[in-house]
Amino acid sequence: MSEKLDFHNQVKKVYRFLLVLFSLFVITGGLLIYYMANPSFFSFKEKQEIIATVEALDPDRIENGIHVSTGFVDAEGLMTVVRNCTNCHSSKLVLQNRMNVERWNATIKWMQETQNLPDLGKNQEIIVNYLATNYPPIDKGRREILSNIDWYVLKD
Amino acid sequence: MKRRLFVKKATLGSFATLIGSNIVFGSKMLDGYVPLALQDPDPYKMFNKNKDMIVLNDKPWNIEAQAHILDDKVTPNSCMFIRNNGLIPEDIDVKNWVLKIDGESVAKEKTYTLSELKSKFKHYTYQLTIECGGNGRSEFSPPAKGNQWTVGAVHCANWTGVRLRDVLEDAGIKKDAVYIGYHATDIHLSRDPNKEPISRGCPMSKALEDETLIAFKMNDEDIPIAHGYPLRLVAGGWPASVSGKWINRISIRNKVHDGPKMTGDAYRVPCKPVAPGEKVKEENMCIIESMPVKSLITYPKSGAIINKGKALKIRGHAWAGDLEVSKMEYSIDFGSTWKSCIVEKPVNRFAWQHFTASVNFPDSGYYEVWVKATDSKGVAQPMLLPGWNPKGYLNNACHRIAIKVT
Repeated sequence: MSEKLDFHNQVKKVYRFLLVLFSLFVITGGLLIYYMANPSFFSFKEKQEIIATVEALDPDRIENGIHVSTGFVDAEGLMTVVRNCTNCHSSKLVLQNRMNVERWNATIKWMQETQNLPDLGKNQEIIVNYLATNYPPIDKGRREILSNIDWYVLKD
Repeated sequence: MKRRLFVKKATLGSFATLIGSNIVFGSKMLDGYVPLALQDPDPYKMFNKNKDMIVLNDKPWNIEAQAHILDDKVTPNSCMFIRNNGLIPEDIDVKNWVLKIDGESVAKEKTYTLSELKSKFKHYTYQLTIECGGNGRSEFSPPAKGNQWTVGAVHCANWTGVRLRDVLEDAGIKKDAVYIGYHATDIHLSRDPNKEPISRGCPMSKALEDETLIAFKMNDEDIPIAHGYPLRLVAGGWPASVSGKWINRISIRNKVHDGPKMTGDAYRVPCKPVAPGEKVKEENMCIIESMPVKSLITYPKSGAIINKGKALKIRGHAWAGDLEVSKMEYSIDFGSTWKSCIVEKPVNRFAWQHFTASVNFPDSGYYEVWVKATDSKGVAQPMLLPGWNPKGYLNNACHRIAIKVT
């Protein structure tokens, strides 16, 4: 019985020790996070608002068929495009454009000639197929009709 | 997102993400310095932009206005488009900033500190229309590659600086000078220090004009970082890319400047008209100089619903590159009939001109108000897209707004 109690007490000790260690870890971690977010807190300088970078927690998250952190359509070749086409420029530049296979290839060639894009090897075909399939040109004619008009009552 | 807020939402996951970013050294940054290179979720705050500005691209930053926020006669910073080819310079050292004048056709290479530039030469202020060569690109079909600007890549602010001519003449211009080319401190997207994102220029005739400035003030304040602090070349009426930002060197060339974005198909259009989608050889592409005649209705915003029997007051701006706007008209019947607007003279050459009109509608229904400017040579804006070109430049088709009369 006393052996059991001893053992029980030992476990309790270890448990308390671990609890203290864990608390210390949490407090230090918390302070570190706070310091990272507010580095000026400990430097006693005038506070200023500096805007911080926040990225989506899961860089691979897909919602409603859209890759959340880039806005690309979830389709075959998506991650190859994300990995190769969003390092130097934003995905927004890709998403604004619509081209056929030939012109997406020409754009890659231009980036290789002037923008230090390395050879893409067999990824080029995957990338161009993804882009030309999901972002093909749309014929707009010589002048489009006005669309998405946001109607409002004009006050004097 | 503000740091304070950020703390609340911080998790160990984002902790790890943060370790990889520069913000760790936030406390080591200069007071008041905003880390522009970061992919910031709130460019509106970072660049002091109007909430109706539209972010086309966040790396590099490209942001445009909409017609209705360009209503001011002199465009405030909050509504000025931002166009970048590379990354905004990260460390701008004004104390040691120098502008160097060099090139094959300079008599003697010279450098000027900012205070030398400001004290040695007379200051001038002009209101200058600066429009991106690709403004309106989004309408071309087949589509052209690049940022898909709609109508908002144009502004007309007050620029203060010294005449480029005075500085070039101080260094001395050799007889064989043909062109100037600027160099700047922006960073190539690949971060290759040996590459310039853009280095364009203009022929000597444009460089030597009264209104071509090396500017150090915009709307009476230091030029905002995103618009070229501390020095910007400003050449009104020409593609905005001639107005180089963050400049530290101007080369007087004995040939057409050949920096990045001067060659190939950048800022060039076919010398002779081509069919939509046609391939054009490089040697058949010509450099864009003066921008074409154009106008914008800045009031009211498209989509206004008004009562029958009420006249609608419209207003806006018109500009014509090197020329002046001599006539301004509007149509509510898709160009079948045109009526004239009142158009003011420009406050100085290259300033946009303001127009107004009082529009009456014969009955209730859906209308579009179209406006058309005509330049001093009698050339007017087309109602349809002008000549297709591979890079989608120079779309000066008439602007229009939708109106419902009830």
